[in-house]
Amino acid sequence: MKDQSLTRAKSPLARFVISNAVPILFIVLLIFAIPLSGFSTDYLINEIITRLGRNSFLVISLLIPVMAGMGLNFGIVLGAMAGQIGLIFMLDWGVVGIPGILLAMLIGTPIAILLGLLAGTILNRAKGREMVTSMILGFFINGIYQLTILYGMGSLIPITSNKILLPRGYGVRNALDLISVRKVLDNMWSINISNISIPLGVFSIIIGLCIFVYWFTKTKLGQDMRAVGQDMQVAATAGINVDRTRTLSIIISTVLACFGQIIFLQNIGTINTYNSHDQVGTFAIAALLIGGASVVKATIPNVFIGITLFHLTFIVAPRAGKELLGQAQIGEFFRVFVSYGIIAISLALYAWRRQVEKETERRQAKAAIKAAIEDKAEG
Amino acid sequence: MDEKNYLLRMEGINKDFFGNQVLKDVTLRVAKGEIVGLVGENGAGKSTLMNILFGLPVIHQTGGYQGKIYLEDKEVNFASPFEAIEAGIGMVHQEFILIPGFTATENILLNRESTKYNIFVEVFGERLKTLNRQEMHKRAVSAIEKLEVQLNPDMVVSEMPVGHRQFTEIAREMDRKSTKLLVLDEPTAVLTESEAETMLKAARKLANLGLSIIFISHRLSEVLAISDRLIILRDGQVVRELESSRTTPREVASLMVGREIKEGLSKKSKEFEKSEIVLEIKDLWVDMPGEQVNGVDLQVRKGEILGIGGLAGQGKLGIANGIMGLFPAEGEVVYRDEKLPLNNPVRVLGKGIAFVSEDRRGVGLLLDEPIDLNIVFTAMQIQGRFIKKLMGGLIKWRDDKEIARVAREYVDSLQIKCVSEKQNAKELSGGNQQKICLAKAFVLEPDLLFVSEPTRGIDVGAKSVVLETLKRQNREHGTTIVMTSSELEELRSICDRIAIVSEGKIVGILPPTADPADFGLLMLGEQEEVKASV
Repeated sequence: MKDQSLTRAKSPLARFVISNAVPILFIVLLIFAIPLSGFSTDYLINEIITRLGRNSFLVISLLIPVMAGMGLNFGIVLGAMAGQIGLIFMLDWGVVGIPGILLAMLIGTPIAILLGLLAGTILNRAKGREMVTSMILGFFINGIYQLTILYGMGSLIPITSNKILLPRGYGVRNALDLISVRKVLDNMWSINISNISIPLGVFSIIIGLCIFVYWFTKTKLGQDMRAVGQDMQVAATAGINVDRTRTLSIIISTVLACFGQIIFLQNIGTINTYNSHDQVGTFAIAALLIGGASVVKATIPNVFIGITLFHLTFIVAPRAGKELLGQAQIGEFFRVFVSYGIIAISLALYAWRRQVEKETERRQAKAAIKAAIEDKAEG
Repeated sequence: MDEKNYLLRMEGINKDFFGNQVLKDVTLRVAKGEIVGLVGENGAGKSTLMNILFGLPVIHQTGGYQGKIYLEDKEVNFASPFEAIEAGIGMVHQEFILIPGFTATENILLNRESTKYNIFVEVFGERLKTLNRQEMHKRAVSAIEKLEVQLNPDMVVSEMPVGHRQFTEIAREMDRKSTKLLVLDEPTAVLTESEAETMLKAARKLANLGLSIIFISHRLSEVLAISDRLIILRDGQVVRELESSRTTPREVASLMVGREIKEGLSKKSKEFEKSEIVLEIKDLWVDMPGEQVNGVDLQVRKGEILGIGGLAGQGKLGIANGIMGLFPAEGEVVYRDEKLPLNNPVRVLGKGIAFVSEDRRGVGLLLDEPIDLNIVFTAMQIQGRFIKKLMGGLIKWRDDKEIARVAREYVDSLQIKCVSEKQNAKELSGGNQQKICLAKAFVLEPDLLFVSEPTRGIDVGAKSVVLETLKRQNREHGTTIVMTSSELEELRSICDRIAIVSEGKIVGILPPTADPADFGLLMLGEQEEVKASV
């Protein structure tokens, strides 16, 4: 083992910085940007709490596929679409409040399971290229979704409410008002502490989900997923049904994303029928990566750190941009730039780190063989 | 030994792959608590025999086998490895089948974890049972105790020394209550000496507990030390069964390598003792998966044909691939008093060194291109030949006429069977493809030529043409050739000296006229035996 300690001789601090380079970069950025923006602490805390409640569920839905070695699941867009379909039916049937939310979830779940099954089956045929495949699959299903909503609803699929349908009698309107369920979860059990309102209801749902994810890793299925994630061949040799395990991880992720999107939209209060789901995958993944996750490892703390840093940057950047350059658009530009940029950088960093690890391994192997030969010579 | 005492009997096993007989009437019997060593060259049929025992899909897909297998006097025919494992046969492979990020415990109990019931099981099924960590720890500890080795059950595999990984594999087989027979396939190949010793002791202990073991290894001294009985396979047949205590390494090695070559061995080796050294390899390390080279020193003399032999996976292929820059290499290679840049194929080719790869279809050929282009491709790229220059070199144009002419020349001289030189390379047989690869190297007019496994997978007729061509190139053009091959006979028929590689190092260089047993001993890492006898 002595050769290993040699290659890891770098100070613990250096190692910490290297492995958490992304979140540290963002913290440094924020240290400069927050004072520049001139926002009050109360405002920022309020915003962050709202956004944590809004986005956590979606980001957490990414964790299980990472565990199963399928990378970052851009396919959560599929779950988001299922959730929106659930909400459309809920609006049409006029169910309001918490029962409405539950109904939307109930309708969305089977659709999410089917889409997850489809995605899982396809991703099993694209082993090693899951991320790009799930992204393209998202675009493809988006086409089918839009076709269904635009031409199918009101004609083939019974939707009757005039508030939802386009004046021509079929197809769903571009924007739907969710006033009937707006913030019902947030207001379910909300407390105020000195101007800061905390939606305890939503947070307890999120905490419940975190406990579920943690518990899930302790189950046989969770253990199988970790095994499959690290080495599919070894897992298969041990008799684990690799394809089924991977499909299950995608299904769970898609269903969670469906719930996540419903929670997200009830907070926003409107659906952009044709766009709301578009960026769900990208933003959730960017947030997770900024929280210090990688393609192969993502934890619950990564989720919360990531959402906090990512959204603080979002809130602060436009104002800071305006103060600095006199232009608010720079912030909006920054928002897109950051989310795509961070995904690109994280993927490149990951590939680079793998290469370094391989090199290190080779050096270690060489050192070990040399040591063995020397031992032989001495003995 | 009494017939009834045998735990496993494989009787009269025959197996062919598409008409190519790989096992002929092989009988293997293992008694309870006995360790049987299985020895043989690559291709002798050891792995096929074990694949049959385990019911691997590859056996069924190629028409099954003839013969009978009895486990505890009951006839068995396993349809899959899972059935074999179920019946009590455990296998420990040369490559570790472990999850790197899991602890020893998790690996030992992989997919056989102890679990606890919870309410979700009713809705979502068995797989949502939670793991019972305490119980798992207990089981792992008891499996490890059987081996009587030091192994921390909570250590993550990726942080373990190699020896501990091997113990984890064996402990996994031990956790199965039903395991009666353990197949150890080269269990010590990656271990250090002291680790290997512990490993052998553990195997002995298991045998004393009543477990039967089939031990496959290329380290002859180990097989001799540990096994009660030794079975030697050669060309798919059992050539001899020996009591380990009543034999010598030399006897085993000569049985294993066997055959004498009838006709003309190359005998001019003396001529080269004084010729200059064209290539000097010093402490070369190559990271080629499965063919690791661990510090090779070798000198190649001008005008000779140097053979590199050895068993598969010992690193002989890595040498040429490393020097040519196809796999990451470290060390010093001096060519004509000049240091060769490593990891840079273009520079090496530019120095007049050519390479015929063992990976004919992958590295050797552009399968979807015609023969003529294949032949001149490297010459165009590296030497800028077969190129017409227009507008003072601004535009470079392929000289198709000249290319076709040269290609036709080689098609004739190497007897490449094809419709014309415009046929695509992938449409030709293996032997003719190999001839194209040779032509491609010859076009470069190299001073030094590396050839790897030139006759692998080609028919007998083409084999002799290929070897004859190499010989002629050496004689007529004075090309120095370094030929790597798994076939000792082939090396002995054309080489002037033969270096044998074992465990990534050169263990000895012999003239082709040496005793076949000496080659065998070197391949099995018994260089001391050879020195004693020469």
